[in-house]
Amino acid sequence: MNVPDQVLERSAETAAKLQLVDCDIHPSLNHRQALHPYLEKRWRDHLDTYGSLAHCVYAGRGGPYPRFTPETARRDAWPPNGNPPGSDLEFMKVQHLDAHDIRFGILEPIVGANNARNTDLSAALCTATNDWQVDEFTSKDKRLKASIHIGAEDAELAVEEIERRAGDRNFAQIQLGSRSVEPIGRKRYWPIFEAAQRNDMPIGFHVGGPSPYAPSPSGWPDYYIEDHHVLTHSAHAQVASMILEGVFELFPKVRVVMIEAGFAWVPPLAWRLDNHWRKMRSETPLCKRPPSEYLKQNVWFTTQPAEEPEHREDLRLLFELIGFDRMMFATDYPHWDFDDPQRALVMPMSDAERRMLFHDNAMNFYANLD
Amino acid sequence: MSISNAIDCDIHPGVPTIKVLLPYMSDYWRESFTARGQDNFQPASYLPNAPIACRPDWRDGDAIPGSNFDLLQKHALDGFGSRLAICNVLYGGSFSISETMGAAICSAVNDWVKAEWLARDPRLRASIVVPTQNPQLAVEEIERLADDRRFVQILMPVALDMMLGKQHYWPIFEAAVRHSLPIGLHAGSLYRYAPTTNGWPSHYLQDYVSNNHAFESQLLSLIAQGVFVKFPDLRIVLIESGVTWLPGFLWRARKTWRAVRPEVPWVDESPIDIVRRHVRLTAQPIDAPSDPAVLERVLNQIGSDDMLLFASDYPHWQFDGESVLPDGVPARLIEKMVNDNPLATYPRLRETIQ
Amino acid sequence: MGKHIVAALAEIPPGSQKLVHVRGRAIAVFNVNGELFGISDTCPHQGGSLATGATVGLTTSEEPGKFCHSRPGEFVRCPWHSWEFDLRTGQSWCDPRKFRTRPYDLSVEPGEALVAGPYVAETFGISVEDQYIVVEL
Ligand code: FES
Repeated sequence: MNVPDQVLERSAETAAKLQLVDCDIHPSLNHRQALHPYLEKRWRDHLDTYGSLAHCVYAGRGGPYPRFTPETARRDAWPPNGNPPGSDLEFMKVQHLDAHDIRFGILEPIVGANNARNTDLSAALCTATNDWQVDEFTSKDKRLKASIHIGAEDAELAVEEIERRAGDRNFAQIQLGSRSVEPIGRKRYWPIFEAAQRNDMPIGFHVGGPSPYAPSPSGWPDYYIEDHHVLTHSAHAQVASMILEGVFELFPKVRVVMIEAGFAWVPPLAWRLDNHWRKMRSETPLCKRPPSEYLKQNVWFTTQPAEEPEHREDLRLLFELIGFDRMMFATDYPHWDFDDPQRALVMPMSDAERRMLFHDNAMNFYANLD
Repeated sequence: MSISNAIDCDIHPGVPTIKVLLPYMSDYWRESFTARGQDNFQPASYLPNAPIACRPDWRDGDAIPGSNFDLLQKHALDGFGSRLAICNVLYGGSFSISETMGAAICSAVNDWVKAEWLARDPRLRASIVVPTQNPQLAVEEIERLADDRRFVQILMPVALDMMLGKQHYWPIFEAAVRHSLPIGLHAGSLYRYAPTTNGWPSHYLQDYVSNNHAFESQLLSLIAQGVFVKFPDLRIVLIESGVTWLPGFLWRARKTWRAVRPEVPWVDESPIDIVRRHVRLTAQPIDAPSDPAVLERVLNQIGSDDMLLFASDYPHWQFDGESVLPDGVPARLIEKMVNDNPLATYPRLRETIQ
Repeated sequence: MGKHIVAALAEIPPGSQKLVHVRGRAIAVFNVNGELFGISDTCPHQGGSLATGATVGLTTSEEPGKFCHSRPGEFVRCPWHSWEFDLRTGQSWCDPRKFRTRPYDLSVEPGEALVAGPYVAETFGISVEDQYIVVEL
């Protein structure tokens, strides 16, 4: 399982040539009404009057847990014009795309569009978000690729949006949240998977998203330090749900990636699912094979936020267990838990592994990266 | 791997029917359960027929798994050659909506265990089940039984009415420390909240697998609220939690703490150190990988040989035959799990050992 | 060892901070209520530039639920993952032995002394009327 020392020494040549695909870049709105140009008057008025209805108090500020930094961002990511981090393409180019020699960057807009309550409004907002990504980012810098932002709760409208964008080379994936109103493997969401498979579009589950449920099975933790951690459980739950409900049996060509959920949880979840499925499989007839087999077949992971074991060889073990071919690097720029491409994953890697992780896997996984 | 002369830290005598508890209830409650015709407070969303509820070769027809004393003796005590075993009775009291009814069931369960299990085999010890719905009633129940040193732990379901670190629960911790009783958190939920943050899965299998969301979030709550600062002698035992999720949890907890610790400045050391000092886990199930070499590495990642406790989880179906422990658990760890760690975790075991 | 001029004092007034380069080293300079602190700019975690971090006080606690706040402005939070560094020692709060950034001794010298003395000014001319921040390297 250990790689011989000689292949771990990265040659200077590879280092120079290694280009990066960043699977998680957050574009943001440069002002509160930045999506207005893409919305009908009806929705503009609605938003100005009521906002977008969420499952929590504090309308307009997003989520009940106060974050630790303004806009959840790196403090050095505010553009000189004072607009929010991620909103200024020129600054993003200098600080991020050029600085890290990024070949492609996948945009993951988190702009409050996919709320789960007023689903007609969210469908309009998602369409607007998709138009906006193209206008403000991908049409101006060919390195950036958009995500087809959809609201999962009205699968019919979500599929319409997928169809509208599927032939458009600006888009690399369909974007869902790791939180949803029901476990995402449920039948009511299957049309989304069907559309993804039909259009050969992968699905990125970015951590977060709208859910009416508490963050924990015992309710609401008091602190952000807890909420920030348990949020990753939503990604465990989506993976388990898709596998056990048979999504990958019904739509075997679907490719999904779990984004910004870390990855140390993946091998233990696979073992736990396998062990208990062996005894309880009669309950889940659409999960026909050991759950870990679907993981290896249909699920990928981004590397951020990088795991920080006490011993660095344990980091490498995680990659070996999940498979270097399933892991894709992401920075989460400009958010505070950003991973630096040079410094985040402190472990020995062969040139081939490094290429897979930072470039090749994403090139193969995403649509329209060429 | 087979084991003998061990201390088994998790076995489950089953309550066959509320009728067996009635003799241990007040007149009011005896009449109430009878007149209202209420029974079957099995604390799970699935029926006892579900495979996980009982290993196939341990089934006794349609009887509630674990309810037959002779079979438990034969399978669990004699079968594994255990020198001691801790009875964790899972029944409706800790789960009920009504606090007073919950307290009545818990008290009856405790007295029933004492009279019909502890009295019949000197190898048995038990946990005090408590109505966490009302911590004051829970403390009263602890006080009522604490003098009987065969009660070695306080038992609660892991997913409760609210986060466990909240001051609401502190009276229970105070009583636990005063009486040298660890708090055992057992897999399971009051189902006040959805089992996952994405709502209610279609299958019990996912509920079960998701138990570690509850274990992780309750541990984080205990840490973040400073419970271990306030009660430095408190020990928490995670029961039927699985084991292999722990290292990844610890790494993430430390990483987050390093970033945002000023939010909870009373947490003035790494959560990894806090967990190693205060938390123990029964090693059933372990949720092991198929490769024993990988299991050994993962167990070493826990970074302490003091944390795991041997357990069979009888009569739940976690393993077949004699293989209580999967291959890959290092011998030095097994030696500690079967004896030293239980004795260190449960001070009362040492007092009552024959 | 030599003395190097890092900046004119007026460039870094109280409550401000600046990244300077001296002999190839990136140094984050902070002026906390008139007291000057210099630490190596690169965060030992993943390399965030500490000169762009927020300065904060030290938060501690006597018991759960109680907050003590002291030494206002004497810590910098890394702009990326918010680890706190003590400007006086360069040590991180979360693991002071393992993660630290190098502290530099800074002093303030009048311009007239600098013109004559053994000082190296890399990027600017010196005016005798002004005050300068100096580091010994
Ligand atoms: S780079 Fe400074 S805290 Fe991570």
